[in-house]
Formats: sequence, C-alpha cells, structure tokens
Amino acid sequence: MSAHELKSGPLEYRTQEGQMSILGFWIFLAAEIVLFSTLFATYAVLFGRTADAPAPGELFEIETVLIMTFLLLISSFTCGIAVHNMRKGAVKAFITWMVITLLLGLGFLGFEIYEFVHYAHEGATLQSAAYWSAFFTLAGTHGLHVTLGIGWATMILIQVAKRGFTPMTSRKGFIISLYWHFLDVVWIFIFTSVYLIGMVV
Amino acid sequence: MAEHSKRFPVQHIIGFVLSIVLTLLAAWAALGSDLPVKWIITGIMTLAVIQAGIQLFMFMHMTERESGGGHVPWNMMFHGFVLAAIIVAGSLFTMSFGFTHDHEDGGNHQQEEKHEEQSGH
Repeated sequence: MSAHELKSGPLEYRTQEGQMSILGFWIFLAAEIVLFSTLFATYAVLFGRTADAPAPGELFEIETVLIMTFLLLISSFTCGIAVHNMRKGAVKAFITWMVITLLLGLGFLGFEIYEFVHYAHEGATLQSAAYWSAFFTLAGTHGLHVTLGIGWATMILIQVAKRGFTPMTSRKGFIISLYWHFLDVVWIFIFTSVYLIGMVV
Repeated sequence: MAEHSKRFPVQHIIGFVLSIVLTLLAAWAALGSDLPVKWIITGIMTLAVIQAGIQLFMFMHMTERESGGGHVPWNMMFHGFVLAAIIVAGSLFTMSFGFTHDHEDGGNHQQEEKHEEQSGH
C-alpha cells in the first residue's frame, strides 16, 4: 500500500487503503439509507394508528424539536469545520471542533431522552399503540446511531491525540465525519416527515 | 480542487446558513402558513431533499476528485435514495392506499366492500 502513496492531496486519500476504506464507507451509508427507509415505511404505514394512546399532534412540541434539529445541524457544521482543519493539518483545532461536535451530539441525546420520558409519562410507549411502536423504533434507531457515533468518535479522537495525523488516523477522522453528517441527513427526514407532518395532519 | 488549502471554509458556512434557513422555512410552512395540507407535505419534503443535498455535496465532499472513487459515492447515495423512495412509496401504496385509519370508519369500510361484492355477483 505504501508503494502507491501519493505526495499531494488530502492525507486520507493518499493510500490505496484509505481510498478504498472511504469508498467502502459510502457503500455502508447506502445500506444505512435502505435500513432507515424500512423504518420510515413502517412508520408511514402505521401513521394514525394510535389506538387509545395520545395522537402525535398532542405530544409533539415544536420548540423541543427545533432545538434538537439545530443542535444536530450545528454539530454537523462544526464536524465539517473539524475536517477542514484536519486537511490543514491542525491537530488541536480538529480535536477542539470535534469535541464541540460531540458535546452538541450529547445535548441532542439529552433532549431526545427527555422527550421519550415525557411521552412515556403521557401514555405513549413502545407498547401502547402501533403508531408509537413505529415512532420509537425509528427515532430510537437514529438516537442509537448518535450514541454509537459519540463513542466511536471519542476513540478516534484519542488516536489522533496520540499519533497525530497519519494516512490512517486522517482516514478514520474523515470516515467518522461522513457518518456524523449522515446522521444529520437522516434527522432532516425524521424532523420533516415525523415531527412536522405529525403536527400538521 | 484546492479547497482543502483554503483558509476559510466558505462552502461550509454557506451550507450551514442555507440549512438553517430551510429548516425554519419548513417549520413555518408546516405550522405558520395556511396552505392546504397536501401542499405543505409536498413542500416540506422537497425542502428536506434540498437540505439532504446540501449535507451530501457541501459537507460530505461527495464529488471530490482526489477520493479516487470516481462517481461511486454519488451513485451509492443516488441508488440508496431511489431504493428508499420505492420502499416507502411501495409500502404506502400496498398497505394504505384507499384505506382510512379512522377507527369508527374501519369496520364500516370493510362492510361496504362486502356489500359491493355481494351486489356485484
């Protein structure tokens, strides 16, 4: 692999292994789109089937949802800035921006947990109605992805702090950034098709 | 593309501002406007697709030449979204098309169908 090492361009693309790993991650993300699409399809089909549980329009609060959306949106932006710094070779700036990203991600998770607990108190749980099963599965799977992303990014940050930017660590840094932006892409669709439409219909 | 050597991440800032504007526009269209529900749903779903595009093109460097991946990332995302659209639209079509979810209506609906069948034969 080192025989093919390029001398210019972003560090993560300089080795064949780096290029192929990143390409492979795009394939993984395509599979993730399909995974989430099945959850969205289930949600769409079960929409309105709330049985005796409260309707989504009664429980969704636009303030909470907008705060969560902005937290994730800003974290996606700071993650982009982190990669921008990575490509300038600024280790400290990369770590700082990634830590901000992860703190925003934690804030998002905090709001989501608060939201789920609040819904459960109002009688909307995984067991209470088909609609709420689909809702918690969809939003919960996204939340699980955010949780995993925070753990994963933390480990990569430790590696970067120890080893600096090498073709290997910058490849990992780039891949976690793709993952993090992708979480925001999924959230945009949850925000629109679950929360906004849930409040309109 | 000498973008990675730029001092200021202009593209990220433009993408970020656009995302915020689109999010607020979607929230306003859904809750603040008096548009018919069908138009709201079509409108905000379009805004979501645009915003996803911003993430993919402006934040995720999907079309970067140095990646050595050619058109593969773009292809992956495109086909992923096409599959997603087929799965969601197909499920709605087979499971919900022409069927109301109203609990009181549900029983009557089936009965009506039976009546129609009987009168037809």
